Amino acid sequence: MTDILMPALSPTMEEGKLARWLVKEGDTVKPGDVIAEIETDKATMEVEAVDEGVISKLMIAAGTEGVKVNAVIAQISAGDDAPAPKTSGKNKSSAKGAEVHTRSDAKADAAGGKPDDSATEQKARNDGHRLRAPEQKVAAAEGLHDPTLPEGVTYKKTAVRDALRDAIAEEMRRDETVFLMGEEVGQYQGAYKVSRGLLEEFGDRRIIDTPITEYGFAGLGVGAAFGGLKPIVEFMTFNFAMQAIDHIINSAAKTLYMSGGQMGCPIVFRGPNGAASRVGAQHSQDYSAWYGHIPGLKVLAPYDAADAKGLLKAAIRDPNPVVFLEHELMYGIEFDVPEVEDFVLPIGKARIRREGADVTLVAHSRMVKFALDAAEDLAGHGIEAEVIDLRSLRPLDTATVIESVKKTNRIVCCEEGWRFFGVGAEIAAAVTEHAFDYLDAPPMRVAQRDVPLPYAANLEKLSLPNAQDIVAAAKKVCYREVE
Amino acid sequence: MAAKKSGAKTRKPVSEPQKAELVQFYRDMLLIRRFEEKAGQLYGMGLIAGFCHLYIGQEAVVVGVQSVLDPDDQVITGYRDHGHMLACGMTSRGVMAELTGREGGYARGKGGSMHMFSREKNFFGGHGIVGAQVPLGTGLAFANRYKGQDNVCVAYFGDGASNQGQVYEAFNMASLWKLPVVYVIENNQYAMGTSIARASAETELYKRGISFEIPGEEVDGMDVLAVRKAAAKAVQRAREGDGPYILEMKTYRYRGHSMSDPAKYRTREEVQEMREHHDPIEMLKKKLLDAKHVTEDDFKKIEAEVREIVNDSAQFAQDSPEPHPDELWTDVLVESR
Ligand SMILES: Cc1ncc(C[n+]2csc(CCOP(=O)(O)OP(=O)(O)O)c2C)c(N)n1
Ligand SMILES: [Mg+2]
Repeated sequence: MTDILMPALSPTMEEGKLARWLVKEGDTVKPGDVIAEIETDKATMEVEAVDEGVISKLMIAAGTEGVKVNAVIAQISAGDDAPAPKTSGKNKSSAKGAEVHTRSDAKADAAGGKPDDSATEQKARNDGHRLRAPEQKVAAAEGLHDPTLPEGVTYKKTAVRDALRDAIAEEMRRDETVFLMGEEVGQYQGAYKVSRGLLEEFGDRRIIDTPITEYGFAGLGVGAAFGGLKPIVEFMTFNFAMQAIDHIINSAAKTLYMSGGQMGCPIVFRGPNGAASRVGAQHSQDYSAWYGHIPGLKVLAPYDAADAKGLLKAAIRDPNPVVFLEHELMYGIEFDVPEVEDFVLPIGKARIRREGADVTLVAHSRMVKFALDAAEDLAGHGIEAEVIDLRSLRPLDTATVIESVKKTNRIVCCEEGWRFFGVGAEIAAAVTEHAFDYLDAPPMRVAQRDVPLPYAANLEKLSLPNAQDIVAAAKKVCYREVE
Repeated sequence: MAAKKSGAKTRKPVSEPQKAELVQFYRDMLLIRRFEEKAGQLYGMGLIAGFCHLYIGQEAVVVGVQSVLDPDDQVITGYRDHGHMLACGMTSRGVMAELTGREGGYARGKGGSMHMFSREKNFFGGHGIVGAQVPLGTGLAFANRYKGQDNVCVAYFGDGASNQGQVYEAFNMASLWKLPVVYVIENNQYAMGTSIARASAETELYKRGISFEIPGEEVDGMDVLAVRKAAAKAVQRAREGDGPYILEMKTYRYRGHSMSDPAKYRTREEVQEMREHHDPIEMLKKKLLDAKHVTEDDFKKIEAEVREIVNDSAQFAQDSPEPHPDELWTDVLVESR
């Protein structure tokens, strides 16, 4: 027995009138037979049978108004086959009703976050006094590990900009199809000197100075990736990638899906993101949340030089479009980078930068520095903070964050950008969804003030989040007095 | 789109500049030069921060073009905008105080060097995104046409900006709808460190309108009188409803792209040659002296007056307080009452 559902004749239709039955109970129908007529305020449509069978029951009388989409209008018996209706008429439309009917087992989403409803209920009932969210696998981070470094490995003090350059150079030596393109990347050696020395080593066939045409060269890069190359597209800053965001999202991120898996787009879009110093609103925006929002992209935002190197190498090798968010104010800062042959890090794994039992501080990019400073300060007040450096925003390593919150029971999400619809909002939602019972305080967010970034020195300082903001938020979730 | 000019005023025709006007051009250019030099000094002292793009060398372009505009015509440009603001009649004090990020600045310190505006002077910015001002200026021209006003908008942009796609989208609409806009390309030969030849397949930028039926013309942008003459024609044409025009001003910036640019992509000799033989201020000065319009003493007087204005604005820009912290939260949206 199969239900025939009231079909939706347009994407916005919610109900309609079942005008007329063209079959009666006991009739045999075959595919293509018109079985009923449906009226909406816009059109009259015919409902066709899709498979063979016998109409066993008409559930809705002819002439009934306001029949809800997806309501069962008839039943059909067809041995094993389950015929479903199809509509045809002046407006072409698909038999939504039938489709919905056969689709009760929606797949869990990519992050594995969607619980199986019946199991949830069952567990909740067993739990007794309080509804407890199910223990779930929350992210793809399990099994991802930073490479184990050989015993006695040496480290080299390297500025972030040079670590990025080394990553590009190593990958270009390794793979002929990798090339770098952008404004001032060649002769000028990079507006922020990230590509220093690359033109000399690789020549102008592979280190390509472009005109100031972000939309054009981003699209050209995507086309080159379709054509089998692995472009690294540098934006002088991500503010200017707004000219090109159409290609990043519509062309790079969506094509694999739209082509049914045929056309991947191995490309890296990289450059400085977020606030520089005193350059005003149009040059100081954090795009973490913008790109983090987009399925089909990977989004990385490293903090130190080793991560910058290991993750950029991974990004270049990745068969997907990767948005790689750097930070201008980090370029000149030196960190230890392990001197190993081929240092590649896994994409999608957060790094715990400091362990602590009292509160979890989550940050990425330059905010990690402020979180670490805040942790130091908090330690002086007897609060041990755990600092998680996300490194990857998409995929997001929710598992590591949740594990930490289960231990600390408190979380402060820190980001340089605006809080509205932001990275912190996403993490706070994940934590409340998956570790609700473990929370001893509502998650807090530290973010940029909700205004365009002002130029004046004092206002800029007031606008951007800093370590003291994090300290105050951490004390608040620990229910400690904030001076 | 019909060209209806109900609100049209009678405009006085642009005539050959007389002595007083020539001296005024000299003074205007000198003010920009001295202002920019002072801004460079204040930057060095840490009083101005971020990006600061000086206009030194290009003064004849804006002074020549502005000399044929009326106060109710509109002006829009990019981030190299200090000279344009002064030429539009904005005060040195207000501009300099914006550069230092103080309350006395045109945006009360919230915009900075690249983003400054004056509705009063019809100066519509000051835009940090390369090329953005071209469709924006075209939109201002659209509004003129829509309202039946015979005003013209001048949109200034660089040789580098002239490769942005949105420039051509704007060109097409401007020509299609015969909008009263004049495109002034300030071709100073470089976009940051990239010479025009390394970025443009067609380096004669005045031809960039050909496929949109927009006429164009190359102009010696170091000669304020040549600039004025070309601008007069283009502006009149646009005002009369004959549509957009492109003026490619051949000019040169003496300083680096911004304060942090060591300008290693060109030779010292190249810069020296422009300064010594094509300097717009020196060339006009010579003309005035040769015609015996002005004596060396007159020039000294002008120099002293200009310096006084610039020093006063620098002092003002340092004395003006930082904006009140509450300013952080104002002007995000128009508050409805
Ligand atoms: C869309 C965009 N891309 C890149 C930049 C960075 N940038 C600022 S100025 C500039 C060079 C522009 O040169 P040009 O148009 O010739 O003007 P000029 O500086 O010579 O006056 C660049 C690349 C930007 N501000 N906006
Ligand atoms: Mg230029």
